[in-house]
Amino acid sequence: MALKIVKGSIDRMFDKNLQDLVRGIRNHKEDEAKYISTCIDEIKQELKQDNIAVKANAVCKLTYLQMLGYDVSWAAFNIVEVMSSSKFTYKRIGYLAASQCFHESTDVIMLTTNQIRKDLSSPNQYDTGVALTGLSCFVTPDLARDLANDIMTLMSHTKPYIRKKAVLIMYKVFLKYPESLRPAFPRLKEKLEDPDPGVQSAAVNVICELARRNPKNYLSLAPLFFKLMTSSTNNWVLIKIIKLFGALTPLEPRLGKKLIEPLTNLIHSTSAMSLLYECVNTVIAVLISLSSGMPNHSASIQLCVQKLRILIEDSDQNLKYLGLLAMSKILKTHPKSVQSHKDLILQCLDDKDESIRLRALDLLYGMVSKKNLMEIVKKLMLHVDKAEGTTYRDELLTKIIDICSQSNYQYITNFEWYISILVELTRLEGTRHGHLIASQMLDVAIRVKAIRVFAVAQMATLLDNAHLLTGNVQRKGICEVLYAAAWICGEFSEHLDNPTQTLEAMLRPKVATLPGHIQAVYVQNAAKLFATVLKSQEGNTDSTAAQETSQLMIDRLPLFVQSANLEVQERASCILQLVKYIQKLQQKDVEIAEEVIALFAGELNPVAPKAQKKVPVPEGLDLDAWINEPPSESESEDEQPRAIFAKEEPKHSRPRHTEVDEKELAKRREARKQEQANNPFYIKSSPSSQKVYQEAPGVEHIPVVQIDLSVPLKVPGLPMSDQYVKLEEERRQKDRADKKKKEKKKRKEKRSGRGKRHDSGPESEEDITPAHMVDIVTEEMPENALPSDDDDKDPNDPHKALDIDLDKPLADSEKLPVRSHRAAEVLKSPAQDGDAESAASQEPKKKSSKEKREKKKDKDRDRKKSKEDKKKKKKHKHEEKGEDLLGGQAEEPVVQSEATSEVAAPPTSTTAEVSDLDFWLSNAPVPSNTQEAATVVAAAEAAPTSEVASGTAPDSEPDEPKDTETEETKSSKHKKKKQKKEKEEKEKKKKKKHHHHHHHSDGGGEESVQNGTVEEEEPLPPMSNYCLLAENSYIKMVNDIQGNLQDGSQVVVSVIFENKCDSFLKSMEFNVLDSLNSKLQRPEGSGPHDGLTVPFQLPPGVSNEARFVFTMQSIITPQKLKGTLTFIVKNEDSSTHEKLDFKLHFTCTSYLISTPCYSDAFAKLLESGDLKCSSVKLEGVVMPFHHLLARICFRHHFSVVERIDSCASMYSRSIQDHHVCLLVKTSGQTVSIDAKCDEPTLLGNVLDEIKQTFSQC
Amino acid sequence: MIKAILIFNNHGKPRLSKFYEHYNEDTEQQIIRETFHLVSKRDENVCNFLEGGMLIGGSDYKLIYRHYATLYFVFCVDSSESELGILDLIQVFVETLDKCFENVCELDLIFHVDKVHNILAEMVMGGMVLETNMNEIITQVDAQNKMEKSEVSLTLFDIYS
Repeated sequence: MALKIVKGSIDRMFDKNLQDLVRGIRNHKEDEAKYISTCIDEIKQELKQDNIAVKANAVCKLTYLQMLGYDVSWAAFNIVEVMSSSKFTYKRIGYLAASQCFHESTDVIMLTTNQIRKDLSSPNQYDTGVALTGLSCFVTPDLARDLANDIMTLMSHTKPYIRKKAVLIMYKVFLKYPESLRPAFPRLKEKLEDPDPGVQSAAVNVICELARRNPKNYLSLAPLFFKLMTSSTNNWVLIKIIKLFGALTPLEPRLGKKLIEPLTNLIHSTSAMSLLYECVNTVIAVLISLSSGMPNHSASIQLCVQKLRILIEDSDQNLKYLGLLAMSKILKTHPKSVQSHKDLILQCLDDKDESIRLRALDLLYGMVSKKNLMEIVKKLMLHVDKAEGTTYRDELLTKIIDICSQSNYQYITNFEWYISILVELTRLEGTRHGHLIASQMLDVAIRVKAIRVFAVAQMATLLDNAHLLTGNVQRKGICEVLYAAAWICGEFSEHLDNPTQTLEAMLRPKVATLPGHIQAVYVQNAAKLFATVLKSQEGNTDSTAAQETSQLMIDRLPLFVQSANLEVQERASCILQLVKYIQKLQQKDVEIAEEVIALFAGELNPVAPKAQKKVPVPEGLDLDAWINEPPSESESEDEQPRAIFAKEEPKHSRPRHTEVDEKELAKRREARKQEQANNPFYIKSSPSSQKVYQEAPGVEHIPVVQIDLSVPLKVPGLPMSDQYVKLEEERRQKDRADKKKKEKKKRKEKRSGRGKRHDSGPESEEDITPAHMVDIVTEEMPENALPSDDDDKDPNDPHKALDIDLDKPLADSEKLPVRSHRAAEVLKSPAQDGDAESAASQEPKKKSSKEKREKKKDKDRDRKKSKEDKKKKKKHKHEEKGEDLLGGQAEEPVVQSEATSEVAAPPTSTTAEVSDLDFWLSNAPVPSNTQEAATVVAAAEAAPTSEVASGTAPDSEPDEPKDTETEETKSSKHKKKKQKKEKEEKEKKKKKKHHHHHHHSDGGGEESVQNGTVEEEEPLPPMSNYCLLAENSYIKMVNDIQGNLQDGSQVVVSVIFENKCDSFLKSMEFNVLDSLNSKLQRPEGSGPHDGLTVPFQLPPGVSNEARFVFTMQSIITPQKLKGTLTFIVKNEDSSTHEKLDFKLHFTCTSYLISTPCYSDAFAKLLESGDLKCSSVKLEGVVMPFHHLLARICFRHHFSVVERIDSCASMYSRSIQDHHVCLLVKTSGQTVSIDAKCDEPTLLGNVLDEIKQTFSQC
Repeated sequence: MIKAILIFNNHGKPRLSKFYEHYNEDTEQQIIRETFHLVSKRDENVCNFLEGGMLIGGSDYKLIYRHYATLYFVFCVDSSESELGILDLIQVFVETLDKCFENVCELDLIFHVDKVHNILAEMVMGGMVLETNMNEIITQVDAQNKMEKSEVSLTLFDIYS
């Protein structure tokens, strides 16, 4: 009962919901538009109501109507209202509507900034989710700038659902607000190693998208991606990474060398076609980037081509298509390997699928040679005849021309043949590519001098039969060819057999139906022809012929004088006058042919299309400078009245050299129009001006005969290109025979065996001599042309702004605008835990003043924004300010600390990364022993870890002023220390050079020591954390365990597997017996005892790394897990199943994460009294103190807080946030360690482990 | 990047259109028409890739589509996406719809286009692939629907009281 009432009230409330609307539209098929317009009226009513449910329902319906093509932008404000509902249901509707119809010029968008910010920080993850999703569709530069920091905070959200969305949307933010890229990049990079596969995938996605446009900035990430590639099992991620490598390899050939092996392995092992295909693609990219002279890579090419052939032969059309697509990439560098599959590709031309035919066409482009060009083009011409549908036929046509004209007509041996092909192409009906054929004709005729006689003859025939080309309305596009024909006949008229006839053809009345620009060429070239004809006729004794020609011109030209086209009209009247004058002279028997010819003397040379652009700007010429001072506005006002009396026409007394920008031009145009409108004497343009000519008798009475031709045209008298194929064949045979003869002669003469043997083999390229000696004139370029290749770059490409050097250290000014009343997320350092405020208040005032200056800048920028924006700001200003006053003082420095930490990150990582990359790459061949493998991996890891460490760590440089300040209190030592520091700095640089290959250890030691003071010290010994896990005659496993930064209960075990035998190892499965406390993370859906498949196979001598994630309950005691690795050893003839048992040892150390700590925070921590104490003494330690420290840092993940002489304080924290503090003192060979920790058991175990480390040496 | 996702039926009636780049409504309709025109004239047994949509994209863009019963699912993507990957994604999309609607058919899409949008939002965001795991997608969609339901019952309560 009750429910019924409720339902009733709801029905009343929602007059019509989305379903009703859809149903209604379906029921009103006849008058849909009318029905929808009544619905829209209803919706407008609903939107006026106060009830948000009704509004949401209305917006929901609008979203549907938008899909049907109705403009709903008028409801934008209502959409914003619905978006800001507190109920998720409505919010979602609102955001969906916004994502469908908001865009950059939607003005209400700026009202949403605060709402979106609120939703982003909502406790409900789905509120945040819909906000992110919506924002991804309509983010504007303003939104991006205002929200960048909020989104960046979300990238470290606890929920992976939010993290992945936040990571993904950053790409859009970067696009709209490129300044955010550098500050956000460290965190984005961190997300590449996120434990959640979705987040990882999103990060890979974003970086791939960024790197695709500006690959060189992302080269330093190659080691990291390489590691991901070898460890990831997610095909989607793998595909993205492999595609990314495809973009990176052209920049760094060494990277390619490194990639070949793992990619080839993947090609062999993967069953996923998509992955296989992308691997092949990237291998191709690698091969392209490597110089072709590498013999050992021919196998890879063969492999690729083979795999592709299999794809192309597959019955699945998709694979066939992709196979062809990839094949065309190989073609560019290894045409030989593809050419052997010509049969297959020609076969694809007959495929019923157009996509496949187009791909095959693409391939043919690269497969032609001098030898097979005619044959291939002949095949294509056949297809042209058969092709139905103009798109495909047009495609064929352009391809034929592309194929023939490629690399400066390199493959054409007979230009007569080519001209006849072009002429044949003009018979195509309804093609759009007339201009293309025309430009080819022009190009060939101008640049190949030897062909002019032939070309002119052909063009004359074309002109003679022009009616065939223009007759049909459908054939409009092709008449462009006449443009070329007329010009060629005119320019090279000396080669014409019968110029009079051609002249007559060019002056036919029907020409007037051609487009204006063609008529113009006709008229001009008729004049040229006329000159030639005059010359030939003047030689004769009979002068009547010449006079008749003049009369012909005088008779026909008036037709063109009446043309509506200005160009035609002007040229025609000019020439008409000229001819009349000539006629006069002729009647006086004056010989004038020479003079007329002189009008058109001189040769036109072909000029390269880019020539103009390449002319260098002379020194001292500023093209942007004003030549005259721009007229002030008041001046132009003064001028106006004067203009009226002067009948002023805007005059440009001197040619303009400056390029006036568009706006200025538009302004002037506007001003001029205004002027003209006000000017009573100005004759305004009106259609009547043309009528004058139109009404003249004649034009309408010219009979226009429509010839309907449905049968393919055969232009009489034109030679067929096929003839040439036959001729060419014969000619070549003859050539060959001749050559053989010569060869024989030579051999007889020489009788030596070293002669070249190409008698019976297939003729090589060089053997084919062109039919005519052809001189292809190269296009002219200015003398000192600038060699620049950036001509093709689109200046409007949004990605251009993202071409940012990411390795450069961050400057202070680069940090994202932060709203001061919401503190940015503070980094995980002890300072955060309660000490934040006190630590902050100790920060020198200098910094906060800097911060203020920064803010001022921001404000300045804000001020520049539009007025509306200001209004909005004002609305919120008072609340903002209130909060500012309350929280500002305390919080500002916190924000600052984040900024400085980010500033701090790159200096250490840049050099490290670059050298890492170099080192990583220099090791190019796959290491054959584990020692090497371990160092490679260590180096590869050094990049991310050092980055992660420094990214989250507020240490190094920016701290130094503070350090010195605290030191100032101990003023006596102060100066000395400074000097020492400088020395130390130098020393460090040296060390870096020495120890490239042990970066990991170096990095750890150095970074932490920086905090304290160090005397001059000898270089550190090499260290690696990888220790032997298990080994048998087939395989060796070494492992390292690292705590996971993001998740307090996870540790990551990296295992390097090395194949020690001569057989192939495959189907490796890694399994451990879980304990109550520690569990191996298995993919969803697998049982608790299932093993994990290792995502790669191992060819002999190869090693590779895989990572496994373990979940830990308690981390206070060390644990051991028993495990087994099973694998198949595959020989050529047999395969055996083998296994290897191992014990995985999780030390307490492996739960610690090296975390830098400020000395004052450290002091607070010790004073707090929460920590339990313990100590240990080490005897007989013979090593320098800094070695000892470095060892503790490296092996046990500590960092040095402060060091004074032979005493140092160190800090680390566990993944579950236990603080561990050490005070290490040394005297002689005894080292005493006092330690404090909030978890005594953990501390005891850690100390035991430290003790053990030092007992070993 | 994915530039647009279109679903239309055998007669070219749009059932869902999602553009990740702004076009005005007329252009959108034109794109849908053109895409339908290109896709619908292709045989069943030809490849699922198509080049040369004039309005959308250009040479770097491809149409990747699948045809299920009465519906065409078309993705317009650029060269950074793997062709076969997108085909798989379409399959995941359709399977997800099938699970969410229980034997999905065109009518479900006609009457619940908003729900289809919500499902799609969990897969593709701003033109980039967000999630490919069907279980994960369904979990998130279900959780949101549950939330919506609880809100609706609250609303009913509000009205009743």
